[in-house]
Amino acid sequence: MRTRAEDIIRFAWRALRGFPSRTLLMLLAMAIGVAAVVVLTSLGEGARGYVRGEFASLGTNLVIVLPGRSETAGFNPGNMLAETPRDLTLADAQALTRSFSVRRIAPINVGSAMAAWQGRQREVPILGSSSELLAIRHWELAQGKFLPSLELDRATPVCVIGSRVRTEIFGPHRALGEWLRIGDRRFRVIGVMASEGRSIGIDVQDVVMIPVASAQQLFNTPSLFRILVEARSRSEILPVKQFILDTLQYRHQGERDVTVITQDAVLATFDRILGALTFAVAGIAAISLVVAGILIMNVMLVAVSQRTAEIGLLKALGAAPPQILALFMAEAAVLSALGAAAGLALGELGSFAIRQAFPDIPAYAPAWAALTALLVAIATGLLFSLLPARRAARLDAVLALSRR
Amino acid sequence: MIDLQHIHRDFQVGDQIVHALDDVTLSVKAGDYVSTMGPSGSGKSTLLNLIGLLDRATRGRYRLNDEDVTTLSDAEQAETRNRRIGFVFQAFHLVPRLTARENVELPLILAGLPPEQRQGRVAASLEALQLSDRAHHKPDQLSGGQRQRVAIARATVTEPAVLLADEPTGNLDQKSGRDVIDVLESLNARGITLIVVTHDPELGERARRRVLMRDGRIESDMVR
Repeated sequence: MRTRAEDIIRFAWRALRGFPSRTLLMLLAMAIGVAAVVVLTSLGEGARGYVRGEFASLGTNLVIVLPGRSETAGFNPGNMLAETPRDLTLADAQALTRSFSVRRIAPINVGSAMAAWQGRQREVPILGSSSELLAIRHWELAQGKFLPSLELDRATPVCVIGSRVRTEIFGPHRALGEWLRIGDRRFRVIGVMASEGRSIGIDVQDVVMIPVASAQQLFNTPSLFRILVEARSRSEILPVKQFILDTLQYRHQGERDVTVITQDAVLATFDRILGALTFAVAGIAAISLVVAGILIMNVMLVAVSQRTAEIGLLKALGAAPPQILALFMAEAAVLSALGAAAGLALGELGSFAIRQAFPDIPAYAPAWAALTALLVAIATGLLFSLLPARRAARLDAVLALSRR
Repeated sequence: MIDLQHIHRDFQVGDQIVHALDDVTLSVKAGDYVSTMGPSGSGKSTLLNLIGLLDRATRGRYRLNDEDVTTLSDAEQAETRNRRIGFVFQAFHLVPRLTARENVELPLILAGLPPEQRQGRVAASLEALQLSDRAHHKPDQLSGGQRQRVAIARATVTEPAVLLADEPTGNLDQKSGRDVIDVLESLNARGITLIVVTHDPELGERARRRVLMRDGRIESDMVR
């Protein structure tokens, strides 16, 4: 004797509707659990997408050279003597252009100085670089031109300013063509950056850019902070890295005293960290699903004791223990499925709200998270209803019927 | 059709064993009308539950329709209950959230009958008990007599051979009680085997065969 599945589900549905407040409570618990998983994973994925986007805006096929060595390669007496690494110089930068795999390079020097115009002054970060920086970082100009393409060691008194620097120092006045005093020198403003264009560490809106040789004079240093190198294609990133290491080792008297970071490696690291983070928050959120499951178990146990007479009746009408089990588990299944569906909707709504509030963060819940939350919710509901349902199935019919 | 041989049913209460049924032997022919009377604790309800396969004998043999049902599994007993036995209870035991029609439909749903086959049988059963206009009412919208008639419709919708009624008029006023008895007796007149457990001597007297129980034993068994 087998009860038809659709009848079992309809009976379960009628039973759930028969106790609306209890049902709503359990639906809510389930929905909150599922929504938590969806929202938290969408946040995690959003953070990952955000970081990835930031790296992309840093430049494509980018290799970054910095002075000093951060990796350890075993002990070597030279390490003890040569505490201070050699500086990266303009000549080093120049040497890196001599490979076909290198599309362009931009040496970078940073510092900070007082910028003044007609009595207004402000402390600004100064970025010394070359004309290639614009293309490497995918930045855009609002007005004028970028730094001129000259030999790297030619200092020219020109500067390109960020949009915020422009409004704060020049106010409503025209900035292009004006002479801006930076430190003890004067630079003619030849360009203004578009306000869009952030990237990790540097806010373009706040900086003043001058030719790298000028920056070296201004800060009185021959060394560079970074050299940005753009490889011709993705597949040439590794050859370029090797080329840089070899070239600079040769130029630095056989000492490997620079660190070369490929953007890919950094991005992959961040991706792994944030991916792990997403899993972790999904796991934490899943705990709320288990809590919902325990609530379902509790409420189902109460339901079984309240519906003892009904269970006795079903037995008298010919329901075998497996059928009673199926009826009660179907209630949990219907409940979890509905709760999970409501939770999915709620979670998507939450992710949508996050995207509205923080447009920079692409907070979309990954499909795996939504699907897993759904399955875990239904599995939890079934698992935790097993005990109450078994209790119902094992009830003694005579005792159950004698209860009024 | 019902054949009980030396049935014992013992209950453990604390560390005492109570003999609810003590060597009961009883045969009921198909179509018979039996009333079971006796004081509280005499074992009459236990006897009814045992005949209805809701309870198992500690010892003894029970044959239903020449089939030994004492050795059936739980699932087989459940199926036999569904097909051959109808129950009517003092407390009606209607499912409160379901309409009269849905309550009557329950045994057919448990049996796994497809909806199109269920509809006709439910309608016929309600019609026979003059409940057609009450089909969509919930139990709390029905009078006591109507509720018990719904319960009888539910007990008979599977066309069982045996109808077991435990104090069927116990929760009813006199008039409704008499109506319910009329319904049960007319069902018996059409061939169903009717066994009624009651306290009420007036009701008990109406049966063709009267079994009087005391302390788990059959004290007297009279056929009119």
